[in-house]
Amino acid sequence: MGVIADGFKEAFRLLVTLNDEVLGITLRTIQVSGASTLISVLLGIPAGTVVALNRFFGRGFLINLINFGMGLAPVVVGLAVWLCFSRYGPMGMLDLLYTPTAMVVAQTIIAFPVVTGLTLAAIQSVNPKMRLQMLGLGATRGQYFLLLIWEGRLGILAAIIAGFGRVISEVGASMMVGGNVRGYTRVLTTATVMEIGKGRFELATALSILLLLLNFFIVSVMSHLQQRGKN
Amino acid sequence: MNSVLAAKDLHLVLNGRNVFTIDNLTLLDGEVMALVGPNGAGKSSLLLTLALLQTPTQGTIVFKGQTVSRENLFSFRRRMALVFREALLIDTTVSRNITIALRIRGISGHEASIRRERWLERFGIIHLARRQARQLSGGEAQRASLARAFALEPEVLFLDEPFASLDYPTRKALLKDLGGILREMGMTAVFVTHDPTEIPYLATRVGVLHNGCIIKLGTVQEVLGSELPDIKELSLWPD
Repeated sequence: MGVIADGFKEAFRLLVTLNDEVLGITLRTIQVSGASTLISVLLGIPAGTVVALNRFFGRGFLINLINFGMGLAPVVVGLAVWLCFSRYGPMGMLDLLYTPTAMVVAQTIIAFPVVTGLTLAAIQSVNPKMRLQMLGLGATRGQYFLLLIWEGRLGILAAIIAGFGRVISEVGASMMVGGNVRGYTRVLTTATVMEIGKGRFELATALSILLLLLNFFIVSVMSHLQQRGKN
Repeated sequence: MNSVLAAKDLHLVLNGRNVFTIDNLTLLDGEVMALVGPNGAGKSSLLLTLALLQTPTQGTIVFKGQTVSRENLFSFRRRMALVFREALLIDTTVSRNITIALRIRGISGHEASIRRERWLERFGIIHLARRQARQLSGGEAQRASLARAFALEPEVLFLDEPFASLDYPTRKALLKDLGGILREMGMTAVFVTHDPTEIPYLATRVGVLHNGCIIKLGTVQEVLGSELPDIKELSLWPD
């Protein structure tokens, strides 16, 4: 209990004193996880919608693959991205290993199937007759797409929340491809793991509390949007 | 009267099942055709095909003298409107439902505002304009759906059992209102029903479908005959 109480005290102190390093780590966490969530949303919503609306050869297998991807182990994704970006990997010439960009790539791979799979389910849950009605109104492809997104927005917001929650809390991939470089690729999760390794449990607890508060704040904003949409 | 919509040698097969075979069906300007028949007769599929939302297996549809093809299908579809059994309103206010539908067809600003007010007023739901569509009763929602369709000023209106999920008093009131509006506007329409009692309120011509074929086609009087006053007892199709 002492460690947790000290952790709360330390978290409070770090927040109140606006500790530069912690502030930097927190902002980097938001940037990396925010960017990967945004890319996943931009790719995953259209992808989920296309798979939901079309019938094609291999569709069932593709849906299996998307659902499988929703549970991908971050450390495996990290390893795959590391192998791609390592000096002798297929994309080694880009020199991206141990950069925030590599972390964004890894986190996007983790969030993309979550956003795609849940978007697919959200679009499939829209009344099929509603789709006919939209076409009957004379909607273009773009208008049809936007109307469907609007009708499935509660599920799609849940997809975004789930995607963001998955990447902000992952540590394996970020550690592997980011390297936890101080002031450059260090984020709240990797910093927490490092502090535990050093035996500084109060600081690790404080960073965990900051991570939870950050996650709670962002998810609360999205939940508010979701429920406002419902009402 | 001119032909608005004509179907020739129209045939639809879905999942290996023959849904309908129509040799010739013409919809004249200003007429309201009722398609009646038992469940599974192919009424709704025929309606969706005529509304250019279902591609037939074979056959041609001619809209105002022009054969419908892949190239012109979209522009023709934008000259029609459809109301289903469920109101199928977009999850927003009643007013915005009409605004969105009009915007889809490129109508906005003052013109959209005039049409919206006019049709909300005409269907007696102007007081519901700001109400969320999901908060409406069945009858109110169907009125909103009809107002949305009429605001588009379609050249052909398709109605797929629009009263089927309403209770009797609501259905009767809406039938009277809709019948009056259709006659007043001289609107060309096709409506599907399995309830013959709805026919005299709306239709000028009736087609009876059975097993995907039109087995009777004529005026309301011709098809319903002397039994017209007692339409509740009518049996229009074989068992």
